[in-house]
Amino acid sequence: MAQRAGAVIVPRWPGAIVIALVLLLTVGTLIAVLTRADTFGGLGSADRAAISFTLLQAVLSAAISVIAAIPVARALSRRRFRGRSILITLLGAPFILPVVVAVMGLLAVFGRNGLLNDALTMIGAGRVSIYGLAGVVLAHVFFNLPLAVRMILQGWQSIPAERFRLAAALDAPVFSLLERPMLRAVLPGAFASIFLICLTSFAVALILGGGPKATTVELAIYQAIRFDFALDRAAFLAAIQFAMSLVAAGIAWFLAVPDASGAGLDRMARRWDGASIFSRLSDGLAIVVAAAFLIVPLVLVVLRGIGGLGDVPVQIWPAIVRSVLVAVVSTSLTILAAVALSVRGGRGVVVASALPLAASSLVVGTGLFIMVQPILNPAKIALPVTAMMNALMALPFALRIMEPAVTKAERDFGRLSTSLGIVGWARVRMVILPRIRGSLGFAAGLAAALSMGDLGVIALFATSDQQTLPLLMYQLMGSYRTDAASGAALILLGLSLGAFWICDKWGRHGAEN
Amino acid sequence: MALKIDDLRIRLDDFSLKANCAFEAGKVTALIGASGAGKSTFLSALAGFVDCDGGDIRWNGARIQGLPPARRPLATLFQDNNLFPHLTIAQNVGLALGPRLRPLSKDRGPIANALDRVGLAGFDARKPAQLSGGQQSRAALARVLLQDRPIVLLDEPFAALGPGLKRDMLALLRDVILSPERVVIMVTHDPEDARYIADDIAVVADGRVMPPAPVADVLDNPSDDIKLYLGLH
Repeated sequence: MAQRAGAVIVPRWPGAIVIALVLLLTVGTLIAVLTRADTFGGLGSADRAAISFTLLQAVLSAAISVIAAIPVARALSRRRFRGRSILITLLGAPFILPVVVAVMGLLAVFGRNGLLNDALTMIGAGRVSIYGLAGVVLAHVFFNLPLAVRMILQGWQSIPAERFRLAAALDAPVFSLLERPMLRAVLPGAFASIFLICLTSFAVALILGGGPKATTVELAIYQAIRFDFALDRAAFLAAIQFAMSLVAAGIAWFLAVPDASGAGLDRMARRWDGASIFSRLSDGLAIVVAAAFLIVPLVLVVLRGIGGLGDVPVQIWPAIVRSVLVAVVSTSLTILAAVALSVRGGRGVVVASALPLAASSLVVGTGLFIMVQPILNPAKIALPVTAMMNALMALPFALRIMEPAVTKAERDFGRLSTSLGIVGWARVRMVILPRIRGSLGFAAGLAAALSMGDLGVIALFATSDQQTLPLLMYQLMGSYRTDAASGAALILLGLSLGAFWICDKWGRHGAEN
Repeated sequence: MALKIDDLRIRLDDFSLKANCAFEAGKVTALIGASGAGKSTFLSALAGFVDCDGGDIRWNGARIQGLPPARRPLATLFQDNNLFPHLTIAQNVGLALGPRLRPLSKDRGPIANALDRVGLAGFDARKPAQLSGGQQSRAALARVLLQDRPIVLLDEPFAALGPGLKRDMLALLRDVILSPERVVIMVTHDPEDARYIADDIAVVADGRVMPPAPVADVLDNPSDDIKLYLGLH
């Protein structure tokens, strides 16, 4: 419908500023990287090893996550049991779980002194090591199996209940008739999006990778900057990383990534297949194994954390303050940017929600490092840069949550507001913000938790007197102070979940009106 | 005093509407026509939400065509979403006096008075969700009353109410909103509503808004368009 052109309904210039900033931080830093990249040396053998390890771990992580997710999603889609909705909620939890904390939990199960090795020793078998390829893939599966389950479950839920009735009435095979076509449509997108996530995941490789056999490109960038002070080489590697991300993001875009928002996952279609003992047992097994895989490490984080609280060093206090400050600043920036962009609408939203996903934080961080290094010591601005980067990385998720809410508020109350002369900033303050409160709180919660647990750019910029809590935890783990690290993990877990809970709770309060 | 529409033309994709008519003050005019005939589009054009391709809209000779919606001398009741759910009834009604959430002290009296006129005295602090459907309609009417604009447009705002409540609201509308200086135009599907409240009927059919004519003339000696719409043959 033709709306009135020319009249100022909502302010549009703040959105333009945000788009300019996003372009500067993504495309601008990329240009800085490319102009600095030392290509004369060409690809060394270490570079080639890093590239192939990066691709190998991403392919394995994505393939295992997606394949393992199929029986779990199938079981969740056709079984009704106590705790089903809690389990589905829990599948969303890894998103706000700090990587260092999850790795701590995985170490408690699969690590040198973990449950698995204790059991293996007891039966006289050899020990397994979690470091290297196995550990990196394990951690990536821990984070992305739940995501894959949500995407595939969404596919199962999208099969109309009538089709199951029809299949039952005709006694037709449900798998080949309904499930195989759905899986064929959903799996490639799920694989591609998890592949992209694993391609740009830095913290897991930092903690569990390393050495000539298990170094990702991002880890190599970090080592080039931190240990060799070789900016040209870091820039070269960053250009390679960007090229890989770009190809993967393009493929994921082309394949249409499935919805994992979790909306409507509580619905269940009545089904008539899967009544045999075998399928009941296999569904039960899939659910129990998946739940244990997710829950046991977290329970161990809590149990060992309580024991380790007494060993936490005194530096934890300034680290907590820094982490909270960075989270507050980055969450505010994310929300301001997301509001400005959603209100503006249009093409800018698409750009700002796609670019940060394709750009990895290490590539952007390298670019920023190159840009500021001639002017001042990068360590001086470690915390502001981290806050800005965290805001940039959370922006796509915040937009995906808030933009539909702003659109709905305008659709429902736009005309009434305009007819009453509520335009410009008054429109944002009096109508849009109160209407999107629930989505805003949820998005702020995600942004705060993501920032609280971030171990990316901060590792690149910070010196030892600027640690955030995840960085301090990583250093404690590196110096084998396991008890202290366990205590810090529990505190970090509490801060991340607490930050999410406070924001989400604020959003829900009064959102029913 | 009258709202004059001269050669107004609206074109939206493959739909077009022409209007050439006048609405007199002191009367309620019902807009009647089949779904999709363009009743709501016509109201949207008057209110300034839809751009016109040509023609003129004048109130007492002054051109209002081209003004932004809030600067036109009219108030609109939409089909739904006439109250902001996050604001109290007093705040919702108070928006009639300007885009602010804390009423000026001089505005408190008029707001209370408007609520009193529609039978909602004492409901100031409630949120719309705490009111029944009929009470919500009353609150929206109170805002229109307080807006005190010479033209009032109603786009079937009471359609979701039961027949009895709808009658009550139409009576209240006639009672508190209609005045000798005011033009009231309402869209309706129901010829009985028109008979109950309206003075004139303007038929919307074949891409045209016909000039208003007295209700009895239109309904008792129906034209072919009206016969078709009413199902008379």
